[in-house]
Amino acid sequence: MAEPFLSIQHVRKSFGATTVVEDFNLDVAPGEFVSFLGPSGCGKTTVLRMVAGFEEPSAGKIVVAGKDITRLKPNQRNVGMVFQAYALFPNLTVAQNIGFGLKVAGMAKAAIDSRVAEMLDIIKLPQMADRYPYQLSGGQQQRIALARAIAPKPKLLLLDEPLSALDAKVRVSLREEIRSIQKKLGITTIFVTHDQEEALSISDRIAVMYGGKAEQVGTPFEIYNRPATKFVANFVGTLNVLEGKVTDASAGKVQVNAQEVSLKGKLNGSKSGDTLSLALRPEAISLARQPGHDTSLSGEIAEVHFLGSVIRVRVGIGGNTVSLDTFNNSTTPPPAVGDKADISFSSGDMLVLH
Amino acid sequence: MKSGKFWAWVVFLLGAAYFFIPLIATIEFSLRMRRGVYSFDAYKVVLGDSQFQATFLFSVVVAIFTILLGVLIVVPTAYWIRLRLPQLRPIVEFITLLPLVIPAIVIVFGYIRMYGSNSPLPFLGSNLGANALLVIGYAALALPYMYRAVDTGLRTIDVRTLTEAAQILGAGWGTIVARVILPNVLIAVLSGAFLTFAIVIGEFTMASLLNRPAFGPYLQNLVANRAYEPAALSIIAFVITWGCMSLIQILSRFAPKSANRPN
Repeated sequence: MAEPFLSIQHVRKSFGATTVVEDFNLDVAPGEFVSFLGPSGCGKTTVLRMVAGFEEPSAGKIVVAGKDITRLKPNQRNVGMVFQAYALFPNLTVAQNIGFGLKVAGMAKAAIDSRVAEMLDIIKLPQMADRYPYQLSGGQQQRIALARAIAPKPKLLLLDEPLSALDAKVRVSLREEIRSIQKKLGITTIFVTHDQEEALSISDRIAVMYGGKAEQVGTPFEIYNRPATKFVANFVGTLNVLEGKVTDASAGKVQVNAQEVSLKGKLNGSKSGDTLSLALRPEAISLARQPGHDTSLSGEIAEVHFLGSVIRVRVGIGGNTVSLDTFNNSTTPPPAVGDKADISFSSGDMLVLH
Repeated sequence: MKSGKFWAWVVFLLGAAYFFIPLIATIEFSLRMRRGVYSFDAYKVVLGDSQFQATFLFSVVVAIFTILLGVLIVVPTAYWIRLRLPQLRPIVEFITLLPLVIPAIVIVFGYIRMYGSNSPLPFLGSNLGANALLVIGYAALALPYMYRAVDTGLRTIDVRTLTEAAQILGAGWGTIVARVILPNVLIAVLSGAFLTFAIVIGEFTMASLLNRPAFGPYLQNLVANRAYEPAALSIIAFVITWGCMSLIQILSRFAPKSANRPN
């Protein structure tokens, strides 16, 4: 990565005896859109609030455009932020809300009016200038909050679960709008969410967080297809985890329920007799052997759920259960519980979880 | 069901009679100054009395300063308690309630002892000092009403998020309190202000013991020496109080609608 625009270095945050963020490191390139993804309590919002200046790190530093901002107050950072609860000022009109930061900065009235009009055009609400927040829908309020955050041309945009208070349909359209505005303005953005679909769909990179640490930082493709840890694999998407025993580490051979599976490459760091967790995405598995599938395992149909266009099947392989979806075919009835079944997949799709 | 409604009406009418009969009697009595006919003579005498005008003006000015002092003390305190020190809220609430349980006479004797002309802070050594002490004393007396009103107002807005939203947009504490917090609790502040006004206009103990030319001692003096004028004064005071209450109702219509919480 070229010179990072935002650099979070060895940041730690404790509240009394409880450490909520541990040695968090992240470099964000200029104009990049990075999402912090994780379950509640993983520390993602705390990191964001430290970047905003609302919380002071217990250790480490935060650098923006080469300047250490760790001890700066929030109003000295030139950072824009959108809150989950919108946080529009109820006593001000839409135009006054958007112009608030500009007025505080001492900008002339004509310049404020022009910038407010520009912002209202960007968020496609030009007719709303004189309305009050209570006269707007949730989606409209959040767009105004976005316009207010970017109006003073901040160096960095922070989005703290901005979509979670909205209904599903608005959420999808607004997330696309946020991404398109962010790309248009080229503003470096941190987006906090617990919704994996949101993070996967709009981010350049995702930092998956758990227990106050970044478990993995990567592109959505890497996070989904090459999860680095068991937590990432489980948290992002649906995953089948199989327990296996290493039979030949140098040849990459593992035994799952007395059936041998050959993995691509050596099993570095493992030795024969070690137990391993192997992961497979449901979409990588077929009930019958498919072209390109070099591995198969035998088991028994444990559950069948007919969902219309899709049939969800769970296959028991010893102590492991593998979930997979097949398309409904009007000429072929779904398999019955208790039937013998072979599943097949490409050994390259099987991941070793650490 | 019908019997329930009947008894509800009986209770309502008894309550209304309890409230209105003394009021009507006072109004009727205040109009009987001229023998044999109803007239506004008592009101003319009261309103034309230079002492009435001077003491009423004095009390109005004192009330305005008391409101300003109360707002300056209570708004930042209640705001800070909600924002940063919520664990101190019960303690602060207890302190604000003390003027309800400590009689005004105790407070004023304390003031006289503490701030007499021989003390290190001789408030009572000059008229200005004594007036300032009266304002401070009234601010303490009005604390339970002012604090509760402002705190209730703050409860209706998301203080922390609004503060953070203003901070991240570059606002300092002064701007946040003046442009974000105060306008959103203005109606609550006004409610507290009108209650303070009503307390100050009729207060007797502090003004009398600090020897201030306030409306309360004037009222007491009039009651002791005249017949019809005190009744007229009571009605005037009643109208002022109800005027204040009506103003609260009218102004509350202009309160900003709270839309900062998601559904």
